[in-house]
Amino acid sequence: MNFATIKSVRPRRFLTPEMRRTLTGLFFISPWLIGFLIWTIYPLIASLYYSFHRYDLMRPPVYLGLTNYIDLFTKDPRIGKVTSNTLFYVGLSAPIGVVAAFLMASLLNTKIKFRSVFRAIFFFPSIVPIVVSATVWRFLLDPKWGAVNATIRALRMSAIPFLSNPDWAKPTLIGIHIWAQGSAIVIFLASLQEVPRSLYEAATVDGANSWQRFWNVTIPMCSPVILYNLIMAFIGGFQTFVLPYILTGGGPNLATEMYAMHLYRNAFTHLRMGKASAMAWILFIVIVTFTILLFKTSARWVYYGGGEE
Amino acid sequence: MVTTQRSIEFPSILKKYTSKKIPFHLGQVLGNALRYIILVALAFSFILPMYWMVTSALKTDAQVYNIPPVWIPNPAHWENFWVGWNLYDYNRYLVNTVFRYAIPVMFATTLSSAFVAYGFSRIQWRGREAFFAILLATMMIPSQVTIVPIFIIFRQLGWINSYRPLVVPAFFGSAWNIFLMRQFFKSIPRELSEAALIDGASELTVLFRIILPLAKPVLTVVALFAFMNAWNDYFGPLIYIGRREQFPIALAIHQLRISYEDPAMSAGLYPYLMAISTIVTLPIFGVFFLAQRTFIEQISLTGLKG
Repeated sequence: MNFATIKSVRPRRFLTPEMRRTLTGLFFISPWLIGFLIWTIYPLIASLYYSFHRYDLMRPPVYLGLTNYIDLFTKDPRIGKVTSNTLFYVGLSAPIGVVAAFLMASLLNTKIKFRSVFRAIFFFPSIVPIVVSATVWRFLLDPKWGAVNATIRALRMSAIPFLSNPDWAKPTLIGIHIWAQGSAIVIFLASLQEVPRSLYEAATVDGANSWQRFWNVTIPMCSPVILYNLIMAFIGGFQTFVLPYILTGGGPNLATEMYAMHLYRNAFTHLRMGKASAMAWILFIVIVTFTILLFKTSARWVYYGGGEE
Repeated sequence: MVTTQRSIEFPSILKKYTSKKIPFHLGQVLGNALRYIILVALAFSFILPMYWMVTSALKTDAQVYNIPPVWIPNPAHWENFWVGWNLYDYNRYLVNTVFRYAIPVMFATTLSSAFVAYGFSRIQWRGREAFFAILLATMMIPSQVTIVPIFIIFRQLGWINSYRPLVVPAFFGSAWNIFLMRQFFKSIPRELSEAALIDGASELTVLFRIILPLAKPVLTVVALFAFMNAWNDYFGPLIYIGRREQFPIALAIHQLRISYEDPAMSAGLYPYLMAISTIVTLPIFGVFFLAQRTFIEQISLTGLKG
């Protein structure tokens, strides 16, 4: 605080201008701040509390210590299946989705006609209501009646039980997820367009071919956005619920039953609020750990070039 | 598209034909053709399910199951839309979705997020960046962690089977929208609001008279996204809305699909299911085409500045 500002404070004002600004700032963010306390801080504490209790909404919570956490791994017959399903789903859908989105964005970024038309088409599946796309895909992929299998049979191959066979269901689910990668494509396309032309020109002068330009210019320059999309894909993947819930309901034979679906059923079908909370905290810790690890490794492969604001 | 491209490329090949660089340019033309083939194939795979949906809505039930598939239904059964819509009480589901959910959420979240974003962008105050970091961090918290206690709160308030649990939180701003608006507000020159503040305007006046009128693009996007998210939302209603007469359209479609899979019910239902799916997708399609450019710009922004 310098001399001039102190002098300018009128005697009847008790607050310094800086304090007033802070109060004004707090006033403006107060809706979010109050919401943060009600919808984030309290639930976090409460769910930690419930996770150590048995609670079925009818009777008061009973303290169990770590039982919910221990029983989850020792007594829940489905936990192994839903965990491996989820890891399989995340492990494939996130990297494949990001790579696919990046390649499609790169394709859209080349010299093509009707780019905005193609971009709109590529983007659109991601905003179609999931209920609708799940319903349509389910029918298209039907082994007997679906148009996809009709085409496959017309090519003299045997029909593929996309959603009715446990081995096919997860890959199919991942495929439909990748079909709706629109917003990742759009984000990648924007970052591709930000890469300075001069870098490509310099690389060309140095004799780099198009593959080398892609590998040594495009990818490093876009790596922060790749990291962003990858993290979003992992976080979203661990929590995936609506698509498998609507598409297959977890079947066939639990092949697409995901961790978040199991959590949902425990909470809202069986009213095991304590167990569901314990599951949620494990999920939370896994996601945070994973994100931190991803950030740690990012120092090796993400290029934060200067120049951008 | 492929043909137009070729007709443009062709003269240049002829020209270059004389200049001894044939292999290079031939490769370029082939590469170009390949690029368009991949693009068109991808675009086709993105459109195909939607095309199938719309055309199936116009078929008879027998045509839907026809092998080989019927790609162009003739005659088109436009009455399927009307019959399907009236099969269940879709007027009520539509009213529920739009007037009890999407529109209230749209106004609540746009207004509250703009208010909060102003505090995060146009006022310099100590602690602002720390709070903003917390706001960004909250986006990482999986909703599963908070859903159980929040459900219990609403249950104690007696709000289950109403739209209040879905609408009330929107009055507290949403992190993603606040983030989006903050980015936009920051790009508005300081001088504009400073002049008004020196003239004695309050910060509220500046927000409503200067910032919001300038921020129409981002307000539009936030409002449209809020509307679309509510329109598409399945998880929220699944948890809070249990009675059929309260259903939003997303739950109602799923209901119809389940009854379609029940062999006793399935006869003739499929075209209607597709007709309703088409009707539900139509507003999304409309919104998207009206606001495509702003939409895509804003999504791009989140990735670049995030």
